[in-house]
Amino acid sequence: MAAAIRVRDLAKRFGLLEALRGVDLEIGQGEFFALLGPNGAGKTTLISILAGLVRASAGEASVMGYDVVRQYREARRALGVVPQELVFDPFFTVRETLRFQSGYFGIRDNEAWIDALLHHLGLADKADTNMRRLSGGMKRRVLVAQALVHRPPVIILDEPTAGVDVELRQTLWGFIQDLNREGHTILLTTHYLEEAEQLCERVAMLKDGRIVALDRTENLLRGEAEHRLELRLSPPALPESLRPRLLQEEDGVFHLRLADYGELEPVLAELRRCGARVEGLCVSQPDLEEVFVRIMRGAA
Amino acid sequence: MTGFLTLFHKEILRFRKVMLQTVGAPILTALLYLLIFSHVLEAHVQVYPGVSYTAFLMPGLIMMSVLQNAFANGSSSLIQSKISGNIVFFLLAPLSYLEFFLAYLFAAMVRGLVVGLGVAVVGAFFTELRIEHPLWILAFALASSAVFGCVGIIAGIWAEKFDQLAGVQNFAIVPLTFLSGVFYSIHSLPAFWQAVSHYNPVFYMIDGFRYGFFGVSDVDPWHALAVVLPCLAVLAGATLHLLGAGYKLRH
Ligand SMILES: Nc1ncnc2c1ncn2[C@@H]1O[C@H](COP(=O)(O)OP(=O)(O)OP(=O)(O)O)[C@@H](O)[C@H]1O
Ligand SMILES: [Mg+2]
Repeated sequence: MAAAIRVRDLAKRFGLLEALRGVDLEIGQGEFFALLGPNGAGKTTLISILAGLVRASAGEASVMGYDVVRQYREARRALGVVPQELVFDPFFTVRETLRFQSGYFGIRDNEAWIDALLHHLGLADKADTNMRRLSGGMKRRVLVAQALVHRPPVIILDEPTAGVDVELRQTLWGFIQDLNREGHTILLTTHYLEEAEQLCERVAMLKDGRIVALDRTENLLRGEAEHRLELRLSPPALPESLRPRLLQEEDGVFHLRLADYGELEPVLAELRRCGARVEGLCVSQPDLEEVFVRIMRGAA
Repeated sequence: MTGFLTLFHKEILRFRKVMLQTVGAPILTALLYLLIFSHVLEAHVQVYPGVSYTAFLMPGLIMMSVLQNAFANGSSSLIQSKISGNIVFFLLAPLSYLEFFLAYLFAAMVRGLVVGLGVAVVGAFFTELRIEHPLWILAFALASSAVFGCVGIIAGIWAEKFDQLAGVQNFAIVPLTFLSGVFYSIHSLPAFWQAVSHYNPVFYMIDGFRYGFFGVSDVDPWHALAVVLPCLAVLAGATLHLLGAGYKLRH
């Protein structure tokens, strides 16, 4: 089975600037994949090469096994891209926009699917509104619908939730997750790392045009420092035996290091043994944001 | 095929939705030229025997409108799409370069021909137009609108700002169309300028077109066609090449 997305030794120069410096990446069919990285890391450039909007300086890229340059028609048919920029054609209504997009992909009568897309993205009552009159978030929804008119097996979303309200974010991700369950491959970029953490099985982190981390999300999180246990005690004193775990003490709250949840029970037993009563307790897990920050710092 | 038809339809709809600017305004402009020039020159100039100056002027004005609007359609549509960014919608689609090219070209020709027809219809109220050879009229209208459609597409691909496009319009398209015998026969020019005019392809477009109406012209219509068609072939080839190479569209 061909990889949904395959990129080999991909490089892109804009004049003197090296936007991509030898990227290798393979995303399997049906994966939900996050491409993360700071501003200017090269995420959009990589996506644009896959979409045929930008020509690579070196290396190759393919979508569902089709080379994006030599077999551009097949590759583009297999790919739906939600661009990062909010673009629209002010001459047309939402429905016209979607009809034209279907037509560009060679699909003649697409009304049923267009209606379904409008419904899923909460645009049904805006179908005949001119694009100019939509709010920013609604324009973004139309971009998502446009990327899906031809039911592409591979869907790329370049920061689809930038400037989008909580409700749409949830409906959008619900919809995208359904598509993923039906077998569509999803590649997304986002600066909201908790989104990536919740949704994506695998994560690649890009910095200065290089991949600096690539792993399953849970592995990245596991590699991260321990959990953190926050305790409020009465009396407000930490038993001496727990001192080695202390990370910091703040307003009578003790922050303790935990390797994993398994260590919670022994810590509580020790507190009980020393007669300390727990008045407040909170365990925080490492999150992707911490991993991201550490990796970006390390890769500097 | 559906891809091409959709893009073509979109391009037609784009100028139809703003007919007043894209069709009405150029017809009005041509009408103003007709009124002013014919008023000033009608009594003084007769180019061909038996053809009034106003009648002589009509084919030139029609052709000028066809050319300028065929140019304007593709170029303004492309630059708008580039600047607003919505050009990605069809760059992302599996359209072939040929489909892309033909859709823009045919839409440009339609716009040029619609405006030209409009000028002819309005002009018919002011002067009687003979039609000696309708096939020549058709041939030159089609070939010439296609030539300027190509030029418009190339300019639209190349330009990054509206003022660059206005530059092409003002420094190339307008002079080429004005200095081509729209308002006069080049035989009335001094020998030097007559010779120069023979290097202006637009001169042949207008001359051949005029032959279709009056059956007289400065050069033989076959000769004119033999200039216009190679121009079209070269420009169409160049446009396709630019699209294929992704020049300024795919970085
Ligand atoms: N068309 C272009 N011409 C010149 N430089 C470009 C072009 N497109 C991108 N770049 C440069 O390439 C680098 C990578 O840009 P890219 O848009 O891929 O970053 P990104 O990871 O998508 O960032 P963001 O999170 O801000 O969207 C940047 O330094 C950018 O300035
Ligand atoms: Mg980006």
